[in-house]
Amino acid sequence: MNSDLTRSSAAELAHALGSGELSSVEIVQAHLDRIAAVDADVHSYLHVDGEGALAAARQVDERRAAGEDLHVLAGVPIAVKDVLATKGLPTTCGSKILEGWVPPYDATVVAKLRAAGMPILGKTNMDEFAMGSSTEHSAYGPTHNPWDLTRIPGGSGGGSAAVVAAYEAPLAIGTDTGGSIRQPASVTGTVGVKPTYGGVSRYGLVALASSLDQAGPCTRTVLDAALLHSVIGGHDPLDSTSIDAPVPAVVEAARRADVKGLRVGVIKELGGEGYQAGVRARFDESVALLQEAGAEVVEVSCPSFDYALAAYYLILPSEASSNLAKFDGMRYGARVLPPGIDDPSAEQVMAATRDAGFGDEVKRRIILGTYALSSGYYDAYYGQAQKVRRLIADDFATAFEKVDVLVSPTAPTTAFKLGDKLDDPMSMYLQDVATIPANLAGVPGMSLPSGLADEDGLPTGIQILAPATRDDRLYGVGAALERMLLDRWGAPLLTKAPELSAKGA
Amino acid sequence: MSALSRDDVAHLAGLARIDLSDAELDRMSGELGVILDSVAKVQEVAAGDIEPMSHPLPLTNVTRPDVVRPSLGAAAALAGAPQQDQQRFSVPRILAED
Repeated sequence: MNSDLTRSSAAELAHALGSGELSSVEIVQAHLDRIAAVDADVHSYLHVDGEGALAAARQVDERRAAGEDLHVLAGVPIAVKDVLATKGLPTTCGSKILEGWVPPYDATVVAKLRAAGMPILGKTNMDEFAMGSSTEHSAYGPTHNPWDLTRIPGGSGGGSAAVVAAYEAPLAIGTDTGGSIRQPASVTGTVGVKPTYGGVSRYGLVALASSLDQAGPCTRTVLDAALLHSVIGGHDPLDSTSIDAPVPAVVEAARRADVKGLRVGVIKELGGEGYQAGVRARFDESVALLQEAGAEVVEVSCPSFDYALAAYYLILPSEASSNLAKFDGMRYGARVLPPGIDDPSAEQVMAATRDAGFGDEVKRRIILGTYALSSGYYDAYYGQAQKVRRLIADDFATAFEKVDVLVSPTAPTTAFKLGDKLDDPMSMYLQDVATIPANLAGVPGMSLPSGLADEDGLPTGIQILAPATRDDRLYGVGAALERMLLDRWGAPLLTKAPELSAKGA
Repeated sequence: MSALSRDDVAHLAGLARIDLSDAELDRMSGELGVILDSVAKVQEVAAGDIEPMSHPLPLTNVTRPDVVRPSLGAAAALAGAPQQDQQRFSVPRILAED
């Protein structure tokens, strides 16, 4: 147990709670103190619910004292990305159009966290409606990377990655539509998992692209991710795409941490040109470690992956343009009246509301999706993208006949400077080039830290991919690699991050 | 090749019910052209007899027994309404006056 309990893993905190060494109130208070000390600089929270978190902590402490049988993570606090509906807590999706909206219901993921007795510390910052790779598209200002406050924390879930990297929460929930859990994990030196599509309920997750979105864990260790995965996973009758099967045995796999005889495929198309030298070097070392531990490593080609980015940036805007049609200023969210019009029509109010309420990136994608779906262009754009999607799924199927898991670098670069890519949407989109194929095919993926790039000293990530519903393999490989890397480093990678000064408190 | 004119963008914005300003229209037509050129790469893939894929899972309709269960009350459902009247959402006029 670390003396500063905000540095402890969720598994350690759970153990200390179970043995009575710590109370949930102490743990929550320590994290609230940490948030007060550093979040003015990091800006990873959009809303902190100190009172609610302490009340939940007191309740779980009382239940424990009364001898109740509690969930293993009961009393361990968590932060939730602001795209999940939280009853009684503001949910903005990083957008002005939902400023101040308080949902009347909980997302299933949130309901499961509450049922497990996990106090919710607050809601984390994100690119508006999860559109972006840097959190710079948040209407409430960007989150800063705890490794270097002048750099991006990744996106769209930069807030959820930054809270765990900055010790402002031991655990967080992210969502991943094209890499929004994994790419932030990569650039902040943390662990992030996108479960199999359908493995975690999407009920109450404000939809970006319904066929791609998936919520998952953001943590500092692989075991913590597995513990959280098993809380939020499982069948939900409120989500018609939810898989009706038990959660894969992720915690057991993480504890076993064994890769002996496992067949690991290095994806030829992900990792060459366009990938930073330090990212490639740390990736190659990680692959070599897996080989030393007894894995069989081969190169695997997935030729259609070269088309994944193009297909994704047609499918996502198409689905988003439809999903975001509900933000029309009629039943909830902002309503803006057009200036200079007496007695405006509902249509004019919608158009004025959506112009004022949506940011540039959201407008770009809605218009792109409207175009891709419009008559006369549908076949050439959305239709072709769906065919590419099939080819990508076929590539995965062929690859998984030969190997048990696939690996690649998570993101092509380390964290770039805030502002660097804001005026160049295509270069921002390229951040997701390695993470997108998994969303298109629905397979699970994990990013874990592979080290620091020599050229800039910033974290790099390795991505592990497994066949659908075999999420357990991610945890087996991830935990084995994490253990070997930890041996080499002597301490977790995050201990090499600069201390955040406690100003703004 | 896939350049979008300013008028095209204005038309699309109208369909999407977003009242873009002149400056936004100018900027966005250029940006969208660059993105469209890039995503047009999907057209290089032989169209052939590839079955389009809309979803990662084979989708089947999901139903539940038709039983009464608790749901949001009117007050909760209306809590986020920009304007409400007599337990209903109050919205601007839908039709033109004449």
